[in-house]
Amino acid sequence: MEWAMQVDKQIRTETGAEPETGAETGPRGPGCSLRHFACEQNLLSRPDGSASFLQGDTSVLAGVYGPAEVKVSKEIFNKATLEVLLRPKIGLPGVAEKSREWLIRNTCEAVVLGALHPRTSITVVLQVISDAGSLLACCLNAACMALVDAGVPMRALFCGVTCALDADGNLVLDPTAKQEKEARAVLTFALDSVEQKLLMSTTKGLYSNAELQQCLAAAQATSQHIFRFYRESLQRRYSKT
Amino acid sequence: MKETPLSNCERRFLLRAIEEKKRLDGRQTYDYRTIKISFGTDYGCCIVELGKTRVLGQVSCELVSPKLNRATEGILFFNLELSQMAAPAFEPGRQSDLLVKLNRLLERCLRNSKCIDTESLCVVAGEKVWQIRVDLHLLNHDGNIIDAASIAAIVALCHFRRPDVSVQGDEVTLYTPEERDPVPLSIHHMPICVSFAFFQQGTYLLVDPNEREERVMDGLLVIAMNKHREICTIQSSGGIMLLKDQVLRCSKIAGVKVAEITELIQRALENDQKVRKEGGKFGFAESIANQRITAFKMEKAPIDTSNVAEKAEEIIAEAEPPSEVVSNPVLWTPGTAQIGEGIENSWGDLEDSEKEEEEEGGSDEAIILDSIKMDTGVEISNIGSQDAPIVLSDSEEEEMIILEPDKNLKKIRMQTSIAKQEKVPSKKPMKKRKKKRAVN
Repeated sequence: MEWAMQVDKQIRTETGAEPETGAETGPRGPGCSLRHFACEQNLLSRPDGSASFLQGDTSVLAGVYGPAEVKVSKEIFNKATLEVLLRPKIGLPGVAEKSREWLIRNTCEAVVLGALHPRTSITVVLQVISDAGSLLACCLNAACMALVDAGVPMRALFCGVTCALDADGNLVLDPTAKQEKEARAVLTFALDSVEQKLLMSTTKGLYSNAELQQCLAAAQATSQHIFRFYRESLQRRYSKT
Repeated sequence: MKETPLSNCERRFLLRAIEEKKRLDGRQTYDYRTIKISFGTDYGCCIVELGKTRVLGQVSCELVSPKLNRATEGILFFNLELSQMAAPAFEPGRQSDLLVKLNRLLERCLRNSKCIDTESLCVVAGEKVWQIRVDLHLLNHDGNIIDAASIAAIVALCHFRRPDVSVQGDEVTLYTPEERDPVPLSIHHMPICVSFAFFQQGTYLLVDPNEREERVMDGLLVIAMNKHREICTIQSSGGIMLLKDQVLRCSKIAGVKVAEITELIQRALENDQKVRKEGGKFGFAESIANQRITAFKMEKAPIDTSNVAEKAEEIIAEAEPPSEVVSNPVLWTPGTAQIGEGIENSWGDLEDSEKEEEEEGGSDEAIILDSIKMDTGVEISNIGSQDAPIVLSDSEEEEMIILEPDKNLKKIRMQTSIAKQEKVPSKKPMKKRKKKRAVN
């Protein structure tokens, strides 16, 4: 218990006034805050649904096609074939992109009601516009908003949250690229909107059992904010003004 | 996904409209769609919107050794990607004819026109030069990719800053942006492509065709020009025969358009530079229009994580303690080991079972052989012990042996079959083994 109190104090007293890149000048306050968020839906004319999601300087553009015609070789007789493509900004997609694609695909698979559209394809194309930390979380958020824009039936919404643990064990939410680099561990979670249950988690670095639970609890708290952001942005979108 | 074909009536409608000097989006013949240029937070990153066509450009650099025949020149590399996001018909990882054509045209427009001073990219002659890589991603395809891509490429190149380097003796020092301000590339001129679509064998001409117009056009003429009215590239495709006057007229129009676009690019670059200098907000977040109802922004949000530690403590307290594990490794077979109480290693198992199967198979056949022996009384001592029984059980003649009542005949047949076996023993067992694998 004593140890827990210590950690608690650390989180409270933390003040991370780190120099930011680009537009994010000035101190960001305590590590437990999100960068500014922005989202624009339906900005591309060709895909069925599209969204661009910005978290601070990190920006991802997503386009969704579907439910659409599927190649016979990829056809699944009782559900939709879900495909996720992640395009890096520089060069050709490599192993890192493939692994991220797979993580995003599995997350989408968990929430998309593919059984309603058997023998069709749902394709999510993600394009990295700029990477300034928490890229996977931003990709997940962009994918979700694009799926919503395309009107693909889903069991729940999902969001991505990245937590970083720095050398002193302080928790940093939505880390920048610099914070991610300096961190001891970086954990990314995907959570659903109904019960804030975990859909996907991927971690890098060393952390203890307690720290994992802390990060998860923090991610759950953060997800509430993100889902509120989703709701407000959709409310605005379907409003008359 | 396949492209939705254009129906005949749509085609006729479009052509008819063009004949009447009307365009579906309300533009005049020589009008460009609105061009919007926005910059990212990194240097050399921009998005160019030409109507609904969108291209993302990003320039990056790297120190490499130069080409052998060009020891003092930097390397320029262009790569246009047609992402599936742009149109469903674009397949990932496939070099379509269109892509090759566009990439080649871009190279001709930007590299071969020598708009970038490649000599200034040399650090140490013959050893280290800068390689400038221009990545262009088509995000949305609504016609006239080449114009949008060429604008994006030149804007990104103008916006790009490479890290400063210094050479002292043999040592090359690379400075981070904090140490020394990055330096821009030296650009001589800005070539920009202007596309002209021709309809009805060159009777009608349109500037900046959109996707629909591109589908019904007969031919395309692309002129790359800079603001000094110097033609950098000219390409006619689609197999139309153009008159000299038409080409000249096009080049005149191109001159006007290029001047307009160049001015726009310069204004956009100046704007961005001013904002960066003044320390204002820049990046794509600023280029999202606030008044659009499809866009929404949220300022930095503090998250209350004060109870996180307690929550984590609770979960850990509630969770069952992890089961005891055996810490000393268990050796199952030589070369394999197991730690803890998991499932038994199946690797060792597999090999064992295979062996068993083989043995079983062998013994079965031996039994058959035995029964034959008893029936016929033929000596089979001269046969290889392993190979023979396998063949015997397979051959059709063996069945006949069992059915045949006459003993003499049997003997003869048996001998012939044995003679055969002696000839082929090396091949048959192999086949047998293959069959086994297939069954497994």
